[in-house]
Amino acid sequence: MSIDISHLSFSYGKHPVLEDIDVSIPDGMLVNILGPNGVGKSTLFRCILGLNGDYSGTVKVNGHDMRTLSIRQRAREISYIPQSHAPIYDYEVLDVVLMSTGADLGMLRMPGPRHKRIAYEALERVGIAHLAHRTYTQISGGEQQLVLIARALAQNARTIVMDEPTSALDYGNTVRVLSTIRSLAREGLSILQSTHQPDQAFLYSDRTLVLNRGRVLAFGRPQDVITRELISEIYHVDVEVNSLYDDRVRVCVPMQEIER
Amino acid sequence: MLGSTSGSVANAERADESRTPPRLFDRGHRADAFIAFLIVFMVVAMAVSLLLGRYPISPGEAVQMLASLVFPVDQTWTTQQQTMFFNVRLPRILLALMVGCCLAAAGAAFQGTFQNPLVSPDILGASQGAAFGAAVAILAGLGATGVSVSAFAFSIVTVALVLLISARAKGNRILVTVLAGVMISSLFSAGVSFTKLVADPQDQLPAITYWLMGSLTGAKLDTNLFFTAIPMTIGCVVLFAVRWKINILTMGDDEASTMGVDARRIRLVVIIAATLVTAASVAVSGMIGWVGLVIPHLCRFIVGCDYRTLMPASMLMGASFLLVVDNISRLATTAEIPIGILTAFVGAPFFLYLITRKKSV
Repeated sequence: MSIDISHLSFSYGKHPVLEDIDVSIPDGMLVNILGPNGVGKSTLFRCILGLNGDYSGTVKVNGHDMRTLSIRQRAREISYIPQSHAPIYDYEVLDVVLMSTGADLGMLRMPGPRHKRIAYEALERVGIAHLAHRTYTQISGGEQQLVLIARALAQNARTIVMDEPTSALDYGNTVRVLSTIRSLAREGLSILQSTHQPDQAFLYSDRTLVLNRGRVLAFGRPQDVITRELISEIYHVDVEVNSLYDDRVRVCVPMQEIER
Repeated sequence: MLGSTSGSVANAERADESRTPPRLFDRGHRADAFIAFLIVFMVVAMAVSLLLGRYPISPGEAVQMLASLVFPVDQTWTTQQQTMFFNVRLPRILLALMVGCCLAAAGAAFQGTFQNPLVSPDILGASQGAAFGAAVAILAGLGATGVSVSAFAFSIVTVALVLLISARAKGNRILVTVLAGVMISSLFSAGVSFTKLVADPQDQLPAITYWLMGSLTGAKLDTNLFFTAIPMTIGCVVLFAVRWKINILTMGDDEASTMGVDARRIRLVVIIAATLVTAASVAVSGMIGWVGLVIPHLCRFIVGCDYRTLMPASMLMGASFLLVVDNISRLATTAEIPIGILTAFVGAPFFLYLITRKKSV
């Protein structure tokens, strides 16, 4: 199992955020987490990544209980792709990727030629090696997101967690980033990403995990999970789920715009 | 575009360097060249500074005097010249280099670990704590050594206090640390004002005021220079060694942590090392501002933000900068101008120039 969560509960003070989460995600699977704002998706990620330590229950990544691992050991099992953001200082793209290659380095050590090659290889893998020497803050948002994906790859962990990787991107970049993620999952990486678009879950996931009010509402193949009733329950919107191309893809259409 | 997962790292390790485009080391070359230039500049500036002064010493005499430390050389210079050279000029030049290096290194390190380009080495109260310690020692009638020791001790205690308070505070780690630093600083600043109020206006008050302006006149080769060199060396070596990790800290604690770097531990190491060098600098030279803020910025414009080159560049440039400014301080007028005033005169306009000019890097 890539990620194995059992009886996970977490609260900020007296306010419960996650309650009794039980999920097992098999290896090599692309999983989308769907759920309204404030439902605990980011908190769940923070628990999985070991950034929130004071939860109850257990989180295992690749068979290791995350609580028993050191920060360096955790980084070898799981990597994290944040939403693209502007760092304070201007780094070269290659240097940004290089930062994640040092999980095996001691405090006083610096990355050498071997790490540089790993970083360069990761950039090639997501198809942006030509950006290696550009300044990170001067490339487009979509390119920045790809750099962060390359950085996660260079870390060489088998499991990757992404927090809404396409929320700030235009349509073209969204498609490019998501199809890169799709390909990486086909290559054997286990990827867990959150999204706000049910349509994206249909196109770009093997399994969909639906969170609502801190609990798991559903977990399974997107075709089985994402239904008119579920969308209505979690988002309070009436949609019709349409099947296209012999049910190879489905889309949600808000009904109030059609019936008018 | 996408290779196979399992073999990717092995491939990466086998990957031929020649496949990478030739631009790969461009920025590195530029940075290396700049650092080489800084080293040469520093050595030249040091040599020239040894010859500058109201008491004339020729280049030949200077070389012979230095050589006489190691080899038996016939004395062709006066004893007065020798005293001047070894007891006044040489220690002062060494102290200027050391203090400049330390303040710039501490400033660069803090700007990275606090993810804020506007912080300086005294952000956690090291300078104000030292000032209070020095002022109290002057009030107590201690000598120069006593004042330095008291300044150093108070500086360290102040930062320790800030760390203790921030450890108990809730919220954003970096924000509460900086806020605690600012608050404790203002507390000690009020303390300094109070010591000025109660000081004897004939001799103690001018002594406190002069100390606050900063000066390198107190340099002595065998006493304060030797003892401050110890914490300075330890601190600078640590800051130099962790410079790659500072890069990762600028990405924020959570991201650093998911990349396998314990951000809080590295930040604590940086704070301790930077405080050590700042406290040592302030204890022997008084308050010298601007170096720690301006020099890292200037270096960032030239070598970029990568601390692997930014840290050594800041150290070298800080050393040379303070040496040059100290030369102006001791030579420009017959009465010495306190160097703290000069660094502000030079630093502030230069900083304004830097932030208003068009960004080309």
